[in-house]
Amino acid sequence: MLAQRAAQQSLRRLTAQTITETTEHDKILAQQRLNRPVAPHLGIYAPQIPWYLSALNRITGCTLSGAFYVFGSLYLVAPYIGLHMESASVAAAFGAWPWLAKVATKMFFALPFTFHSFNGLRHLAWDTTHMITNQKVITSGWTVVGLSVVSAFALTFI
Amino acid sequence: MALRLATRRLAAPMVFRRGMATTIEHTKGEPLSTVSELTSASRPPEPASKTSNIPDPSPSQQAKMKTFHIYRWNPDEPTSKPKMQSYSLDLNKTGPMMLDALIRIKNEVDPTLTFRRSCREGICGSCAMNIDGVNTLACLCRIPTETAKESRIYPLPHTYVVKDLVPDLTQFYKQYKSIKPYLQRDTPPPDGRENRQSRTDRAKLDGLYECILCACCSTSCPSYWWNSEEYLGPAVLLQSYRWIADSRDERTAQRKDALNNSMSLYRCHTILNCSRTCPKGLNPALAIAEIKKSLAFAG
Repeated sequence: MLAQRAAQQSLRRLTAQTITETTEHDKILAQQRLNRPVAPHLGIYAPQIPWYLSALNRITGCTLSGAFYVFGSLYLVAPYIGLHMESASVAAAFGAWPWLAKVATKMFFALPFTFHSFNGLRHLAWDTTHMITNQKVITSGWTVVGLSVVSAFALTFI
Repeated sequence: MALRLATRRLAAPMVFRRGMATTIEHTKGEPLSTVSELTSASRPPEPASKTSNIPDPSPSQQAKMKTFHIYRWNPDEPTSKPKMQSYSLDLNKTGPMMLDALIRIKNEVDPTLTFRRSCREGICGSCAMNIDGVNTLACLCRIPTETAKESRIYPLPHTYVVKDLVPDLTQFYKQYKSIKPYLQRDTPPPDGRENRQSRTDRAKLDGLYECILCACCSTSCPSYWWNSEEYLGPAVLLQSYRWIADSRDERTAQRKDALNNSMSLYRCHTILNCSRTCPKGLNPALAIAEIKKSLAFAG
């Protein structure tokens, strides 16, 4: 009976010790991390088509959805704050802009739209485990860049 | 079992999935992530233009001098900034690979330069580092013979630096351990000797088992840079798929279920830096896509 209790005690101590030991290790690791610098990353990584297009995909997505939400909310509150957001008045106001401003604004929306659409097709293909080889990723990447620039110009000047 | 897994999947709304991700560190006390988020702003190294250039001690007659800028940080002076130290070497007296240059610098120029190396033939994965902007093994990376272009060598990106080119891979190894990288079976083999598999089943493991866990792919992944506490990263997910794809393993459902949360697997946004950088020519992005596909069509 006594021996059993003693054995239990020592067992318990053993488990307790292992727990404190792991937290001790973690403490040391956390302490070391406070001193250690983080190796450089974004700033030094070589510019390559896979991650540049991935970043662009997110930026263009944010641009498009951000613009959509801003325009949508403005349209919603326009009658209450006296803004004229009807299609006819928006079109008339836009038509009165100088030529360069018109082209720039159209391009600002056309390029994210075409790029995000074409690159979306690439992502859909990857989700079916197709086209994931280095060579195909590079070729399809440049194809998307070319297609989206050409179609953005087409959308801007129609 | 299948029912239990299914109900668990239904029970947790997507918002709370983050809580289910296997965080390896710290089940007790302050989570490590709070500490690392405080310090994760990287200390940019002192540029090479502000440090000295140490020349080759014994250049040959028609020396082909090439400059290497190498990231240095000494833990004995923890408050000091990391710096880029320049070394000029005569390529005629240096071996063809980046590792030869590093070893020559350590032997003949500056014995304080610290890096990991072992096999010098791309099978141990020790000398993984960022060379000229790309993660690779120094022993498999040729020194570009063009002497006008200067080479830059950094430790693996967004890792905690132990010293110079030596990164702290504790978290990486813990994550590897967390996916249970071994055969899990309850039923003994029918002939009582070996767990056999067909040639086609064995062929499914090609391109997976060759991984040497050098961490080049994981540390090339921007998603892993920002979420390494919870996201497993390409190397560990490739290993995870190596066991999911193994016909002899009997824990496939549990292995998949462990990945089915917002962080462990789905932080992969198919950036595809991993496959681009793998020094062994493997395709971690494809392995991850296969896992995602099998989870999507699990029914």
